[in-house]
Amino acid sequence: MSNWDWQVFCKDTIDGEIVARCFGGPGDLTYLDWLLSAWGWTLSVSLLALLVALAFGSIMGILRTAPNRGLVLLGNAWTELFRNIPLLVQIFLWYHVVPALIPPLRGVPSFILVVLGLGLFTSARISEQVKAGIQSLPRGQRMAGLALGFTLPQTYRHVILPMAFRIVIPPLTSESMNIVKNSAVAFAVSISELTLFALQAQEETARGIEIYLAVTGLYFLSAFALNRVLHFVEQRVRVPGMIGGGH
Amino acid sequence: MKRIAVLQRLTFIAGLLAALPALAQDSGTLKKIKDGGAATMGVRESSGGLSFTVGDGKFAGFHVELCQRVLADVQKQLGMAKLDIKYQPVTSQNRIPLVQNGTVDIECGSTTNNAARQKDVAFAVTTYVEEVRIAVKAASGITSIAQLNGKNVATTTGTTSVQLLRKHERATGVDFKEVFGKDHADSFLLLESGRADAFVMDGQILAGNIAKSKNPADFKIVGEVLAVEPIAIMIRKDDPAFKKTVDDSLKALIKSGEMAKIYDKWFMQPIPPANTRIGLPASEATKAAWANPNDKPAEDYAKK
Repeated sequence: MSNWDWQVFCKDTIDGEIVARCFGGPGDLTYLDWLLSAWGWTLSVSLLALLVALAFGSIMGILRTAPNRGLVLLGNAWTELFRNIPLLVQIFLWYHVVPALIPPLRGVPSFILVVLGLGLFTSARISEQVKAGIQSLPRGQRMAGLALGFTLPQTYRHVILPMAFRIVIPPLTSESMNIVKNSAVAFAVSISELTLFALQAQEETARGIEIYLAVTGLYFLSAFALNRVLHFVEQRVRVPGMIGGGH
Repeated sequence: MKRIAVLQRLTFIAGLLAALPALAQDSGTLKKIKDGGAATMGVRESSGGLSFTVGDGKFAGFHVELCQRVLADVQKQLGMAKLDIKYQPVTSQNRIPLVQNGTVDIECGSTTNNAARQKDVAFAVTTYVEEVRIAVKAASGITSIAQLNGKNVATTTGTTSVQLLRKHERATGVDFKEVFGKDHADSFLLLESGRADAFVMDGQILAGNIAKSKNPADFKIVGEVLAVEPIAIMIRKDDPAFKKTVDDSLKALIKSGEMAKIYDKWFMQPIPPANTRIGLPASEATKAAWANPNDKPAEDYAKK
């Protein structure tokens, strides 16, 4: 620890000179500027992928509990496809293989591709959780909704999903935190996020320990912040008398 | 009271950490090799013709062979009947810490000798001078870096070429779009698939990747030399006895002409595992380094 040098973040990324106040001007970046921009990319990839994952995951999870074989099959096929292929392989499929098969996709920025790749991978896991949440409810709930004259979509909207989503908030929290950590795969398709920053900056500065500690700290902070936000949501929406809401 | 105890413990741990490198340096590498009857060579999985794996835990390449010769001299000098060579694959992230902490005694990969690294480790005399070049598709018509304005330029994450491109961009006002491959094979794929118009990297890595590609005639190396970097065998810092042994051994190889022969074997002749030829004759800069053995860092080359 005696030979740590945190000044490394104040260095200019081109000439390696230490910049006063640690932030560069226009056209001159310090490693601190770069670190913050890399953090921005990590957060952008993670949060957008989380939106994609929640949207597709919820739809597919619901389909898997629908009273229709075709829809259940679609949901199951989706889930098994995206969760049985390693994440990094999926990212490469999106980046190298899909554009080769569908030429118009060549112009799509790798950022969009990695958001889709990461989002769809995670949607498989979320669909599994949403399905489990719905199935954990007594079957009588659905029947009661239908008996009251609700259509099936109305039963889902007003009876089943409000309870199911409250039940699955804790696993969804874990999944949201996982997405932040999994976003590190984006470095493989040239997104200038935290992992790419770490690999490159430690090579340029030879101060690997300081760089990796800073990057570790930011990953932790991002995942933990999401955890707190979702914990807050969990507290706000809980209903006394329901699972997890009674005390 | 409690806080004081914690503080004491922290200072104790800090002291231990500070003492670790000192311990490793106290015993010279020669003594360590003699006492242990073994030397650990740091090697790379895939560093072109310099150092690479041929599978099955075996390693080969120009620098690997040089190190084998050097260690044979070490064995002779120490009068040992037998010297075990252990091969330890390293990456560009862990090679310097592994040499510093004593895991690796002699690193024989593709490490650039520069001033920042000389603060942490020492280098033997330069045995290979790398020139950073541009590879393009032969049909692209690109012949110089100036023509890359607005084009996608691939390079590999974790290499000095990334910083080099950045410097070049600012110095000349040429605006590239950088695409980063996660390793050299990935960067070459970017060029091959058309995602990138050029691949900027060490000449021998470009030549090696082109030689291994489906159709080597589709690619060529063009344009000016973007940077010159001395590549050398890396050893622990502040161990003059070991450095002298390594340097003397390398100088003897240069003098006897063996160096040029070993170079020819790895860069001009077909090499395992696929029996392809890299086809990269020794550059003028490499020959100059042999003619006048030195361990100058890359910064001294840039001044010229």
